[in-house]
Amino acid sequence: MLKIENLHAEITGDSGAKEILKGLSLEVNAGEIHAIMGPNGAGKSTLAYVLGGRPGYEVTQGTVTFNGKDLLDMEPHERAALGMFLGFQYPVEIPGVSNVQFLREALNSQRRARGEELLSGGEFLKLAKQKAGLLKLDMEMLKRNVNVGFSGGEKKRNEMVQMGILDPAFAVLDETDSGLDIDALKVVGEGINAIMRKGDKAVLLITHYQRLLDYVEPDFVHILSAGQIVKTGGADLAKQLEAEGYDEVMAA
Amino acid sequence: MSQQNPTLKDEEWRYADAKALAALSPDTFEAWRDIDVAPGETHRECFVLHAAEPSLTRIRAKVGEGARLELFAVNLGGDYTRMEVITRLETGAHFEFGGVTIGGGDAVREFVTRTTHDEPEATSNQVVRAVHWGEATGNFLGAINVGRGGQRTDAAQDFKALVLEKGAAANAKPELEIFADDVKCAHGAAIGQMDEMARYYMASRGIAPDLAKKLLVRAFIADALAALEDEREAERLLDTALAVLDDAEAMIA
Repeated sequence: MLKIENLHAEITGDSGAKEILKGLSLEVNAGEIHAIMGPNGAGKSTLAYVLGGRPGYEVTQGTVTFNGKDLLDMEPHERAALGMFLGFQYPVEIPGVSNVQFLREALNSQRRARGEELLSGGEFLKLAKQKAGLLKLDMEMLKRNVNVGFSGGEKKRNEMVQMGILDPAFAVLDETDSGLDIDALKVVGEGINAIMRKGDKAVLLITHYQRLLDYVEPDFVHILSAGQIVKTGGADLAKQLEAEGYDEVMAA
Repeated sequence: MSQQNPTLKDEEWRYADAKALAALSPDTFEAWRDIDVAPGETHRECFVLHAAEPSLTRIRAKVGEGARLELFAVNLGGDYTRMEVITRLETGAHFEFGGVTIGGGDAVREFVTRTTHDEPEATSNQVVRAVHWGEATGNFLGAINVGRGGQRTDAAQDFKALVLEKGAAANAKPELEIFADDVKCAHGAAIGQMDEMARYYMASRGIAPDLAKKLLVRAFIADALAALEDEREAERLLDTALAVLDDAEAMIA
């Protein structure tokens, strides 16, 4: 489904361009959940943003194909229409635009791009109510402006409600678990399972901690370090990391 | 008759279009319209300023005891377009002003208000939003004068500008003159660019850049019309303003 080959990417900042990803390769098939763990600065968020096409993140080498199409050749909104979803580590606030309006525009933009019929206001609200219920997010919050005045945990749950409504084929979730308390973590974990654990979908879960993986059991765990995948294993690799730390596991 | 047209040296005209001022007929400057709101009454009026030629709209208002004056305006003139509102508030009166300047080209579009609180307990609230591109300029010059008799005045003024392209500009000139001691006067002015992170966030959910821009601009200018109770009229004004943005997109595309 997603195939990353020898990916090199850099960020351009005030001090010039800096290479963050240094030859990353990874293949995710339909029906699989992959977790990417790694120390701070390894390039985890950069990988998420490169896949999401964020301006300022430049690919200098390598390829990424998504269902056989050249992902890097597409604009961010085109990637979304193809079924790519990026869960933000820091969801953005948009004053003056309600969640309901935002998501209906988003869903209908995607449907229009795919040549599907658009949802009416009533149909959309029904869908939104159902997905908000799944993530235990008060429907009233969806009527408020996008992420404005939301707590950290509410923002993350809102990301998952959005994922539920947009129903993507592939989700890249960038530290969706950070900022969540234990109960919210469980709700979000169950939400990810309900929405994405299907034979025709796949997830790339970027996380610092093993805890989320108790709820969303990964098929593969990769350790990202200095811009490359240095080790790959099963769900037990995450448990080993939690117990021993990155240095020890990577040295072994 | 020999009176000269104002120039940029006059404080209230400092950000105007000098050429347009010189070219306008002197009579134009004398064309004041008077609005007199009787005590206890409400007068609400909406304006769409869209002249292709330089134009002035000059209003002198007197708002009687306990009365309300509510003016809302979208300024999208094709050339120098200025709307000026001079308001005198009597005891307990209210003045509500919502203004939007929007457009490209090289036109100067401006709102100039002078609100006088010489009697007690009057309130005023002004919200102006400017959205410009090309080499256009949007201005808001707002003076609030609270005289000795203007105790318990509550006056607020808020200006925000969105400059979509390098070359466009916005000017804010708040001017508060207060001679009473029990008074609330708030003013704010901010000039910025489109929130690119918000645009990217929208794109990541499937919203194309031009639609994202439109949604963000709509949200931005809606503040100026939030106090307009007639929702249909508010929608009409919003749509009129946003149509200018659509036309600009069509020209670029």
